[in-house]
Amino acid sequence: MTDVISPPIAGGGIATPLTSTATEAGGAGEHGPTGLLKWLTTTDHKVIGISYMVTAVVLFYIAGLLALGIRVQLTTPAGTFVTFQQYNELFTMHGSIMMYLFAGPFAFGGLANYVVPLQIGAPDMAFPRLNALSYWLFAGGSITMLLGFFVSGGAANFGWVAYAPLSTSTFTPGAGGDLWIMALVLTGFSAIFTGVNLVATIFYLRAPGMTMFRMPIFTWNMLVTGILILIAFPVLTAALVMLFADRHFGTHIYQVLGCHTVTGAPAPNACGSPVLWQNLFWFFGHPEVYILALPYFGMATTIFPTFSKRPVFGYKGMVFATMAIAALSTGVWAHHMFTTGVVLLPFFSLLSLLIAVPTGIKFFNWIGTMWRGQLVFKTPMLFAIGFLFAFLMGGVTGVMLASPPIDFFTHDTYFVVAHFHQVLFGTAVFAGFGGLYFWYPKMFGRMLNDKLGKWHFWLTFVGFWVTYLPQYVLGLRGMPRRVAHYPADLGWQSWNIASTIGAFLIAAGFFVLLVNLWISWRDPVLAGNNPWDAQTLEWFTTSPPPHHNYTHLPPIRSERPTWDYDHPDALTLRHGHSQVPPPPGNGSGPSGDGADRGPGGGTGGGTGGRAFVR
Amino acid sequence: MDPSTSRRPGGGVLRNRRISRRWAALGAVAAGLLLAGCNLPTFGAYRGATTQGQDAFKLWQGFFIAGIVVFAVVFFLILWAILRYRKRSDAIPPQTQYHTLVEIVYTVVPILIVLTLFGFTFVTENEVDAVTSKQVTVNVTAFQWGWQFQYPKYHVRVLGIETQDPTMVMPVGETVRIYLRSADVVHGFYVPAFNFSRYALPGVTNQFNLHATTTGTFRGQCTQYCGLYHSLMFFQVKVVSPSAFTTWVHRQGNSVTPTGSITSAKHQIATSGTGSI
Repeated sequence: MTDVISPPIAGGGIATPLTSTATEAGGAGEHGPTGLLKWLTTTDHKVIGISYMVTAVVLFYIAGLLALGIRVQLTTPAGTFVTFQQYNELFTMHGSIMMYLFAGPFAFGGLANYVVPLQIGAPDMAFPRLNALSYWLFAGGSITMLLGFFVSGGAANFGWVAYAPLSTSTFTPGAGGDLWIMALVLTGFSAIFTGVNLVATIFYLRAPGMTMFRMPIFTWNMLVTGILILIAFPVLTAALVMLFADRHFGTHIYQVLGCHTVTGAPAPNACGSPVLWQNLFWFFGHPEVYILALPYFGMATTIFPTFSKRPVFGYKGMVFATMAIAALSTGVWAHHMFTTGVVLLPFFSLLSLLIAVPTGIKFFNWIGTMWRGQLVFKTPMLFAIGFLFAFLMGGVTGVMLASPPIDFFTHDTYFVVAHFHQVLFGTAVFAGFGGLYFWYPKMFGRMLNDKLGKWHFWLTFVGFWVTYLPQYVLGLRGMPRRVAHYPADLGWQSWNIASTIGAFLIAAGFFVLLVNLWISWRDPVLAGNNPWDAQTLEWFTTSPPPHHNYTHLPPIRSERPTWDYDHPDALTLRHGHSQVPPPPGNGSGPSGDGADRGPGGGTGGGTGGRAFVR
Repeated sequence: MDPSTSRRPGGGVLRNRRISRRWAALGAVAAGLLLAGCNLPTFGAYRGATTQGQDAFKLWQGFFIAGIVVFAVVFFLILWAILRYRKRSDAIPPQTQYHTLVEIVYTVVPILIVLTLFGFTFVTENEVDAVTSKQVTVNVTAFQWGWQFQYPKYHVRVLGIETQDPTMVMPVGETVRIYLRSADVVHGFYVPAFNFSRYALPGVTNQFNLHATTTGTFRGQCTQYCGLYHSLMFFQVKVVSPSAFTTWVHRQGNSVTPTGSITSAKHQIATSGTGSI
């Protein structure tokens, strides 16, 4: 067992002003290059993780501005803000940047890269140089995609799903599409390498005592995400290579033009299959949805226990729920293709509906974690709760879409747009920026302003509902997605205006975040090692952590070693054993009343509890 | 026994009574919905102008009610947790991590809900997708950016591009078989009032039945993004009496081909807001 050291400066979290010299002390004791050269040549997972997050957040703001352009265009039926061509580029690049360059890289390349080695007590990732390569592939891929705006013919404009044969050179010639493909190949390899790296790190570099079932849920989710990436991304890369061949080498993998007459009679020459692209793309694309969701579930699952002062309720159930989601997610891709008429509806419908079960389990885990806790509503907690409400609504409408007859009339309408924005915004924005507020003190040793954080949250939360609820109505009234114009006589305009107002509320919220980041940079407030009384291992070390993360580790006897170390008196409360008296100085005792109800209540749950290794 | 229970005798009983009252209220709402029967609200969807659309609509109502119930239960659980368990002292709360019974309940109940929903889905899906008999056949071809409706039996062809929405005429009370194809990229044949859409896939002939139950003119539009003027790919479906349909097909010449260029189409849409026939 690792040496047990005297308690770190933890708990309390009294923030005090910090002199500017003290903030530089974080990575002390290093040799080698400094400044820009250090950043360019670093293999430190913490620096790479932060680089990933900064790049991803910059891209998030760019894609957000594109979304505002879309919303402005739709305030009038015959929108004149941009041309048709520009509008098609706007929504293609908005979707592509958000899906490929923000949501995944922010969580997986960024936060996971930073937090997972700390959380399992590792000095770095398993392959530090591969990690650096991942970042530079991602940065290069991102620039490649954005360059599309500067080539003749404009950026890619075939939608983020690039359905063939629209995405072939016959229908979308030009460099924009090629840059889009290249960008995805580059970022795809970046994701694959990070996936390999994280899986290897989690399997091989855990600290003594950190067994698999003592890994925090955050790390578990990143492990499962890494495996999903290894399943999904190679398929996308292969599909993209074939698309490129169709565009430039004259292959007919996805296209039938010249193979069939207009009436559908087959011609003698070999024919491709447009629906093959859809199958390959969604075989990547649906696991991708969970690649984007699971890391954010992990963030929420770290935030709820911290601000409830409780363990994760149903920890093992949650691990298996995560695995079930991952397994099911590889068998539901064709629910994006119900209206193609060429997929087996009942199979994909049933598997899609079944995903609601492990997702529901997670919901009850989160509620059970808060149940009978002592909830403190700091900014990260507000964002995590915002995620719960957003994801609940998105999840319920997702169950509706899993039913083919309902999907038939909502597919490709604003109903679907509202649904997937509620789940993706719910995860990547609410849980994601909750995670940013939560781990920011660990990364930079300084706090973000809580009051501004709350402004950020409430503007975003209100804006979220104002933006997306009208879109459900629009979808049910028959407004298709990806239209730059709509008929004026159908009463759609007022709903669209409401949606646009919501989008600007969200934008205002994210302006507040910029102010907050600026203030924390100009006028830092010291965070201390563990300002939140957080539970996982990364809060045991200094903020920011030293170059190799730890000089000493606490004993690791559960998934929350820092909590065990800081609250030795709380161990006895673990399984609700009533014969153990409350620790001294607790006043009225745990929770006061109502112990006879609800999840987490009572004494019946003795089974499944983990005995502590002594 | 949990120590906290004994500290406040009676508190649990009072709360249990409050909870049972809440359940009673919920039950009353559910019963009210059931009693309302066919007068259920539309929940925003179209009632369906075809038998297939009506089947889908009924399924939608069922899913929506199930959705409301699940949403409400989870919503109030979250709300209760964040209101009731706000921090009130510095005490360390109970660290209970597992409760087997509760965990089994919240695993099994969703499975049962999902299987029930799947059962209804399966039945409705087979009704909506059934292609058994037919009285009228229409070959629909989607292309960038317009539609062609061809009636092979009557040698009638209706063609429309962005400047002019084509109209597909069909008889009420008769089963119309649609053979849907694409001439170029993937398009989506979507009639909101029919609660139905289907892709026009290049290289594939999709077929489905439409059995209209009311006359009227319904708007249709391409839903699958198909390039530059995807936004302008409208059509109309006009459901008329069988006799009016017969009159119409015999009055048609071979084809109706409107003129106009893409640029002027864009201009027209931009100024008038919608194309009209």
